[in-house]
Amino acid sequence: KASRWQKNGGKVMFAFSFPLLSQVVLKIIKHYQEEGQGSEVVQGVLLGLVVEDRLEITNCFPFPQHTEDDADFDEVQYQMEMMRSLRHVNIDHLHVGWYQSTYYGSFVSRALLDSQFSYQHAIEESVVLIYDPIKTAQGSLSLKAYRLTPKLMEICKEKDFTPEGLKKASVGFENMFEEVPIVIKNSHLINVLLWELEDKSTVSDKHELLNLSSSNHLEKSLQLLMDRVDDLNQDIVKYNTYSRNLSKQQQQKHQYLQRRQQENAQRQSRGEPPLPEEDISKLFKPPQAPPRMDTLLIAGQINNYCQNVKEFTSQNLGKLFMAEALQGHN
Amino acid sequence: MSVFGPVVKIHPVVLASICDSYERRNEGASRVIGTLLGTIDKHSIEVTNCFSVPHNESEDEVAVDMEFAKNMYDLHKRVSPTEVIIGWYATGFDITEHSVLIHEYYSREASNPIHLTVDSALQSGKMNIRAYVSAQMGVPGKTVGVMFTPLTVKYIYYDTERIGVDLLQRTRLTPSRTKGLTSDLSQVGCAASRIQDMLTTVLAYIEDVLSGKATADNSVGRFLMDLVNKVPTISAEDFENMLNSNINDLLMVTYLSNLTQAQIALNEKLVLL
Repeated sequence: KASRWQKNGGKVMFAFSFPLLSQVVLKIIKHYQEEGQGSEVVQGVLLGLVVEDRLEITNCFPFPQHTEDDADFDEVQYQMEMMRSLRHVNIDHLHVGWYQSTYYGSFVSRALLDSQFSYQHAIEESVVLIYDPIKTAQGSLSLKAYRLTPKLMEICKEKDFTPEGLKKASVGFENMFEEVPIVIKNSHLINVLLWELEDKSTVSDKHELLNLSSSNHLEKSLQLLMDRVDDLNQDIVKYNTYSRNLSKQQQQKHQYLQRRQQENAQRQSRGEPPLPEEDISKLFKPPQAPPRMDTLLIAGQINNYCQNVKEFTSQNLGKLFMAEALQGHN
Repeated sequence: MSVFGPVVKIHPVVLASICDSYERRNEGASRVIGTLLGTIDKHSIEVTNCFSVPHNESEDEVAVDMEFAKNMYDLHKRVSPTEVIIGWYATGFDITEHSVLIHEYYSREASNPIHLTVDSALQSGKMNIRAYVSAQMGVPGKTVGVMFTPLTVKYIYYDTERIGVDLLQRTRLTPSRTKGLTSDLSQVGCAASRIQDMLTTVLAYIEDVLSGKATADNSVGRFLMDLVNKVPTISAEDFENMLNSNINDLLMVTYLSNLTQAQIALNEKLVLL
């Protein structure tokens, strides 16, 4: 399976589009609508097939929320039973990924990384589908699929989060996740169903996409961005103190060695035996290098927020100019 | 034709699942059945979820895996505790004798189950989606029969569902039945063109009425007046000010986010030195 990554001319970035059935889309939307409130995330499992080099997602089922009075609830058991039952009705039961809802785009977290890593370790093509309900309510379905880059997989496997480890693998926040384009595919029967629905349902009276108000959304996004930047700041301060300590220690080591040499030279000139070489590393224990994984995650998250904000503002600018054109004609 | 009984409101996710189960049916099975889950209101029944149940059907007998149905219902209940069994569905055009037996089973589970038929074989050229409730009929004292009375079916959506379905509608238009998810300004453009289409339709109607080709309808006239009154009259100066301040806000935010991105990129390069 490793050969598939190298097949694309040796480039490590592997992006293919994968088809998604419409019922999966509808189920995810419904799950959030019914069970998600506020900033809680809802999660579920994606089922499908791996066809040559494409990943097809054909069904999904939701995970129940974790509640305090369900402490003995066994998630694995629920999953097993669900899959067994679905197999009876000929639904593809291969676990190909999972989905999660997000709040204003804040999904780059340690938990997500760990889950996705364990999924990708088992199945190479698995993805995590991020559904943004707030963006969708604003008018455009926001469903994105992400996968960890191979470099990041390597690092997670080794669990080597020191600065040297990251430098070796040259992983920046921009190549942590790669986005996989999604394509929605329908069978002919679903086509007929859609025709029927269009015929029978009323025209939607809310056109959220053309809504001009933006301040609420911008406020919240900027608030989250500021929090993240604060976190990053603290992290940077930690790292700076670490490197300062490290360099101070280097200096001390250097001075100690020099003094040693001087003493030895003096002793030699006096004819006395030189002092024994002591183990330097025991005297000067190097400070612990702070793990860089959190910084990477925060940077990735900030990047994500900025992207979202920019997308939102560009849309709104377009809308404002349209409004101006309309008024200008009066 | 007046219809008694509650109105059945269906979410599109249910229909999509039914079609999918039909496509995946076993060899030799002519139709699939399954359970409908949802909530019951005073005047309406809302169908929000469903799952298919394996069953075997032959000329004289029908066997439904009830254990499976119970299991699945339990699993579903863990995720959404508010959903209850409200009936069952079957694909196919007509109601057969077997349906009566299955309906009886379901009346043990729910108080007044509804039966939904989805004509996925398209026998009449369209996909007929109908709902029924059973009613006793016959002469009391003698053999009692069961009659299925039809109910009105409506489709309802959550807001986000509506937007999802709109996107799915667009997949009809491409010959390969696929569609990527667009982003950014192209979506705003699409929405604007849709409103434009709607406006042209309304204008065409008004032209017809004015030239006498169509009769004027009072309710439509009232709607039109609402529409025209909704456009607020603002002095050009005020509008300019509002527009400019909004644009300034947006530009500032764009600038800030670009700055932040440059900052973290720089930070990264420094650390990896």
